[in-house]
Amino acid sequence: MAEARIIPAPAQNPETEPFYRAAAEARFLIPVCTECGKAHWYPRFFCPFCDGKTEWREGRGEGTIYAYSVMRRVERPFALAYVELAEGPHMMTNLVDCDFDTLAIGQKVSLVFRAADDGTAVPCFTPSGG
Amino acid sequence: MSEAFIVGAFEHPTRRAPDKSLGQLHAECALGALADAGLGLRDVDGYFWSGVMPNLGLVSLTDYLNLKLRHFDSSDVGGASPIVHVNHAVEAIRQGKCDVALVTLAGRPRSEGQATGTGARAGNALQPDSPWESPFGPVTSNLYGMCAMRHMYEFGTTSEQLAWVKVAASHHAQHNPNALLRDVVTVEEVVASPMVSDPLHRLDCCVITDGGGALVLAREEIARSLSRPLVRPIGRGESIMGQDGGRIDLTVSAGSRSGPAAFAEAGVTPADIKYASIYDSFTITVVIEIEDLGFCAKGEGGRFVADGNLISGVGRLPWNTDGGGLCSNHPSNRGGMTKVIEAVRQLRGEAHPAVQVRNCGLALAHGTGGLLGARHSAATLIMERL
Repeated sequence: MAEARIIPAPAQNPETEPFYRAAAEARFLIPVCTECGKAHWYPRFFCPFCDGKTEWREGRGEGTIYAYSVMRRVERPFALAYVELAEGPHMMTNLVDCDFDTLAIGQKVSLVFRAADDGTAVPCFTPSGG
Repeated sequence: MSEAFIVGAFEHPTRRAPDKSLGQLHAECALGALADAGLGLRDVDGYFWSGVMPNLGLVSLTDYLNLKLRHFDSSDVGGASPIVHVNHAVEAIRQGKCDVALVTLAGRPRSEGQATGTGARAGNALQPDSPWESPFGPVTSNLYGMCAMRHMYEFGTTSEQLAWVKVAASHHAQHNPNALLRDVVTVEEVVASPMVSDPLHRLDCCVITDGGGALVLAREEIARSLSRPLVRPIGRGESIMGQDGGRIDLTVSAGSRSGPAAFAEAGVTPADIKYASIYDSFTITVVIEIEDLGFCAKGEGGRFVADGNLISGVGRLPWNTDGGGLCSNHPSNRGGMTKVIEAVRQLRGEAHPAVQVRNCGLALAHGTGGLLGARHSAATLIMERL
């Protein structure tokens, strides 16, 4: 396994604050519409499907790989991916703690938080055990 | 209402210009296209531009070129922008907002050492998506890599099929003295080139070049007074596609909207098209766009491009006969300008004789902008020769 890439800290703004505050407590929040009930990603304060209001709910942190690509032409190769969350949305993330050559679309993955260069907990995924 | 015609086209011959300023490149392109039309800067009353000078770039360039404008547009949607500008110039001329429209593109990413495909693009921290994506290292090549991975997964597309896109471009580029890469390559050479980001190899990626190009459009009375062949835009479409709130489909692009819109306005079908310029930022881009434009069904693109089907004189769809972005030119990291220029050359009968399509009366230019794996634009332009 190659040495892990250093994750640059996300730019924060008032819309991102609740997510990263929960992430610091190892809780994974996803925005869900209080009107149509759909989850979406990336998070917004409004529902992009029905214009309704959203609330943060704790996500299961489970999903499958929708697509991935391993960047090879850098000092520390890394896997960019979209994970299809159990709640529905496709979420851009990194696949970590794994052999990049054994990844496959459709593979089950679980959430793991990884610290960015400033300590912010960032939601990544790793192949589910077993 | 006056019809609009493309009366001037110019592609800067340079591919590396450390000795030229960015303004100078724009001016050389503008003067080249105006000279091609038989016009001058004093005739321009509409200017269309976007690019690597953010904020007041359009104002600055207008002053530098000393243009006296009635109309302008700096829509910036990435590499498709020059095609959007042509589409908007047609509209402006039809509405009487300008008589002679100038569209320019120029940049010098090669001289500036920009790692276009593997480096992060600066200046996007204010975009609402940035906090949710930038930690994960999305850059150009891995975002398009994910599109290719998903296309392979859903449709069985192979690296060898993708490689045929580059092979076709190289067959054309050998005849273009200005092309950056003029050597003909084989499928085996493409798939043996170093992996950049799975499954895209080095030769699946377009070149990084300095340079630019320009186009001039004019209303019908002016166009008919000039001595150039009459090229008329007859179908236009543009769209933007993102992640749909987390329901992204990496195998479908905004071309699935801009293409049908352009065909509907033109009243023609993909089977009528004699020549197509399709932005080749990566080989996978061409496969997805060929499907979305309707040249084949979704999922059939890999099989469609294989076995030389894009090579002029050989295959069913002569494509990017200048060598495209994969071999010839990709100024300012934006493919839209050169796509229109080569289509105009084909319609005028001024492409290289080795790649000129016979009786080329109907051509298409199509571009994407931004990043297919994240959010992007597309623009389609169908043109006829009168």
